[in-house]
Amino acid sequence: VKLVTAIVRPEKVNDVLEALFRAEVRGVSMSRVQGHGGELERVETYRGTTVKMELSEKVRFEVAVSDAFVQSTVEAFCQGARTGNVGDGKIFVSSLDQAIRIRTGETDEGAVTPVSK
Amino acid sequence: MTPPAITTISAGDTAWMLAATALVLLMTPALGLFYAGLVRSKNTLNTFMMSIAALAVATIMWALVGYSLAFDKGNGFIGGLGHVFLSGVTFAPRAGGSIPQLVFFAFQAAFCIVTVALVSGAVVERMRFVPMLVFSALWSVLVYAVLAHWAFGGGWLQAHGTLDFAGGVPVEMGSGFSALAAALVVGARKDYGRQALLPHNAVYVLLGAGLLWFGWFGFNGGSGFSTGHASVLAFTNTLLAPACTLFVWFVLDLMRGRRVTAIGAATAIIVGCVGITPAGGYISPTWAMALGAVAALPSYAVIVWRPRTRIDETLDVLAAHGAAGLTGILFLGLVAQLSWNGVSDGLFYGNAHQLAWQAIAAGVTPAYAFGATFVLLRLIALFTPLRSTEREEALGMDVIQHGEEAYASGEGAILVSTEAGLDVPVAVAQP
Repeated sequence: VKLVTAIVRPEKVNDVLEALFRAEVRGVSMSRVQGHGGELERVETYRGTTVKMELSEKVRFEVAVSDAFVQSTVEAFCQGARTGNVGDGKIFVSSLDQAIRIRTGETDEGAVTPVSK
Repeated sequence: MTPPAITTISAGDTAWMLAATALVLLMTPALGLFYAGLVRSKNTLNTFMMSIAALAVATIMWALVGYSLAFDKGNGFIGGLGHVFLSGVTFAPRAGGSIPQLVFFAFQAAFCIVTVALVSGAVVERMRFVPMLVFSALWSVLVYAVLAHWAFGGGWLQAHGTLDFAGGVPVEMGSGFSALAAALVVGARKDYGRQALLPHNAVYVLLGAGLLWFGWFGFNGGSGFSTGHASVLAFTNTLLAPACTLFVWFVLDLMRGRRVTAIGAATAIIVGCVGITPAGGYISPTWAMALGAVAALPSYAVIVWRPRTRIDETLDVLAAHGAAGLTGILFLGLVAQLSWNGVSDGLFYGNAHQLAWQAIAAGVTPAYAFGATFVLLRLIALFTPLRSTEREEALGMDVIQHGEEAYASGEGAILVSTEAGLDVPVAVAQP
């Protein structure tokens, strides 16, 4: 079981979600984060005060997937989030020691496999 | 002999018209607030600024040439150039008036400003700001001033007896059908029909609608240009009609979705105010209540229909202003009452001629507004792109067009100051 964490542009969130659903990846968490990568600073002016916005708004996705799904998840993120400009974000894949579904107590593969109704 | 009455200034009339002008001017920022609440948070400032921009460009154009083309004697289609650059606009009243022409000019300027701001609702969230300034400036002359001349300035509609108390022709139908054309030329937002594009602050929308209603007492109540019967009647009708629209809207919401919505209520207030605008000083208070109720129906229908089309007329100017203005103009032709207005009866009181001329206004005005706006925007598009790129649209117009955010957190913001030597070039990664 792997944890795929992706930091993407907020304006690409809908494209990412669409790509994930196409890849049949379910069970996604997302949160708004602020961060700084290699992006050009944005300059804003309020009356006489000019400021550089060092931190840009980003959205962080976290998906726990079974090993077989890692590749398609990563591809979905790349496809959904890429614009070709600096600031498209990063994807991190890390190992998970354990995953547990709270409702049933299932662990690992069982915990991250979507329930089929 | 006594001097002719036309040179007599009434202190009471002038006092009221000064206040009414200020009330109408408030409607423009109120509209900006109303519109800003209806868009996504990343477009708040840009949307508001399109209304603020009208305060600048429409006022200037109105002073330079618009007022003259609307209110100077000309032909039936357009006024003359006698008042260009405000020449001859002084403390003396216009023929038949009791207020200084300067006040009349300012009052009419506020109408032009708010109408220009109204049209922006069709193109928010994607149109670039500078082309919008150019469009606003030209539209205020080519469309607004022309329609104002037809309805108010002695043009062909007024000459044939079309009744339009406070601007059903130039303001409401003019903006509504121009908005439709603008939406078609500029095109839909990239996410339109693909994603839910929701209003980001319903409280702004309600407060904006409330302030608009407040300002509308000056708009309609001032359109009698005096403190006489017509103004008083219009003032009270501006209370009665929107109240009825609001209630009918509640009922329609309940029938359709089993819930009364806040944004629906804000819309209903606008629709009611628009409906009574052409009729304010011409119909009885009872008929005003009926008009308020009736006006809800076509506008509600357009609001339900329009989002099912590919026409991204974003903030429903056509429904709220075009449809409701048309309803008001026609309804006036049915129920105008000589005993209340001293001018003319409508069809229900035996004067079919009145309805005929109301119908002609309701046919020709939309056609002119739509056609002229369509051509004007196409012409501007030959010189400059009307809309932002998809990427810019995704980032939001506030940051792209204005370099500001409505809800800046300040986190990660670094002060740029030459004295402190902080504006050294910052190393950035190359693409």
